[in-house]
Amino acid sequence: MSNLPQELKYSKSHEWVREEADGTVTIGITDHAQGLLGDMVFVELPELDRELGVEEECAVVESVKAASDVYSPVAGSVAEVNSAVEDSPELVNQDPYGDGWLFKLKDVSGMEDLLDADAYAATVEE
Amino acid sequence: MPKQTALYATHVAEGAKLVDFAGWEMPIHYGSQLEEHHVVRRAAGMFDVSHMCVVDLHGIRSRDMLRFMMANDVAKLDGQPGKALYSCMLNERGGVIDDLIIYYMDTSWYRLVVNAGTRNKDLAWLAKHAGSFDVEVIERDDLAMIAVQGPGARDKVHAVLGDGAAKLRGLVRFSAAELGELFVARTGYTGEDGYEIVVPAEQVEDLWHKLREAGVAPCGLGARDTLRLEAGMNLYGQDMTEDTSPLISGLAWTVALQPEGRKFIGREVLEAEREQGVSQKLVALVLEDKGVLRAHQKVIIEGIGEGETTSGSFSPTLGKSIALARVPVGDAEQCHVEIRNRQLAAKIVKAPFVKNGEALY
Repeated sequence: MSNLPQELKYSKSHEWVREEADGTVTIGITDHAQGLLGDMVFVELPELDRELGVEEECAVVESVKAASDVYSPVAGSVAEVNSAVEDSPELVNQDPYGDGWLFKLKDVSGMEDLLDADAYAATVEE
Repeated sequence: MPKQTALYATHVAEGAKLVDFAGWEMPIHYGSQLEEHHVVRRAAGMFDVSHMCVVDLHGIRSRDMLRFMMANDVAKLDGQPGKALYSCMLNERGGVIDDLIIYYMDTSWYRLVVNAGTRNKDLAWLAKHAGSFDVEVIERDDLAMIAVQGPGARDKVHAVLGDGAAKLRGLVRFSAAELGELFVARTGYTGEDGYEIVVPAEQVEDLWHKLREAGVAPCGLGARDTLRLEAGMNLYGQDMTEDTSPLISGLAWTVALQPEGRKFIGREVLEAEREQGVSQKLVALVLEDKGVLRAHQKVIIEGIGEGETTSGSFSPTLGKSIALARVPVGDAEQCHVEIRNRQLAAKIVKAPFVKNGEALY
């Protein structure tokens, strides 16, 4: 099984969510997802202050192989984006839960519908 | 059930990620497609291409049959055993049934190497015409094939083959030599020098391991695709199909209209098309904005018209995105490609994108 930190929440569409002390949440794609996609070469992130609904398409990660949409796992407003991954998409491969994060949301709702690590693991097991 | 090559167990042991490719379970990569791409540009990599099909034609009228069935003229190979010719095989509408390599072996034996995805229809098409030329068509299921590619590829193969390599050192590009049970061609699909080695299936694992020990890196079909695209080589099924003629697919150079007396399938349609003037052509694109070009994106050329990308990818050597696109004829240096409802700027250039390992754009 790929790396799944216990303290994070997950969506079925392979995003992870971390609750920060300041009330925002940080979002990225899981180690499992980056592994399936392979070498990342392009990341497109949402605009600041954009209001996102649950499961709304809001970013794109593209590997050499394919483009994949990223869906917002919760509702909220875009507070910050990780411009480092726009310049170095390989960060998503190298450190999906750390330097490879994608964006942060504030005024968040819908956290209660996310999966914990074990439940997410169950969805990706074939 | 997808088919497996004789190297299947080796791929699994190497940790390959396997995908279905034209009905075959093939390695897409062994860890990193990008690293595999770079190793071929800089050193030497190898690909299992056993899913491609070797077809032998036997019979004194094989030459006549191929002169009738191929858009290129196998008469160019006369008297040169081992010499290779790249050709399209056309239908009556001038569309491309497949692109293939033909080797002249002797006066009554030609060897063809055809694509995996077109294997069955190619064999059926060949069989349909073989009878009237009294030619025997033999599908060589007993053979496997490894492509060893890169600036260091030939030296590594020579080292592995030992004494047998003497015959290969003087081999010119686009020709092949028989070495015992091996058939070694100085050909490839990456834009780099190297060999494609046809070997009895039961010996292929041994050859793979020897090449591995000599320092040749296993590479998957993912890297093979980005390498061929950088080299400006067409992929059958994407850049040309049964509905496109070679004249609008950048393949006019492979159509032999001389001598005029040679009748071949599709000739009349191509002559008419040439007479009227082609309306489309295949061009090469380099994306200037950020993003990734993929097949089937809309291409807009101001003042000329619209076309479509036929192959596209991130180019690891250029560090930019590149594509082949079919567009209306006309002189233009710039265009826009529509990606997710946005128009991104691209430059129209001349393929290849990479030559001798160096980025040209």
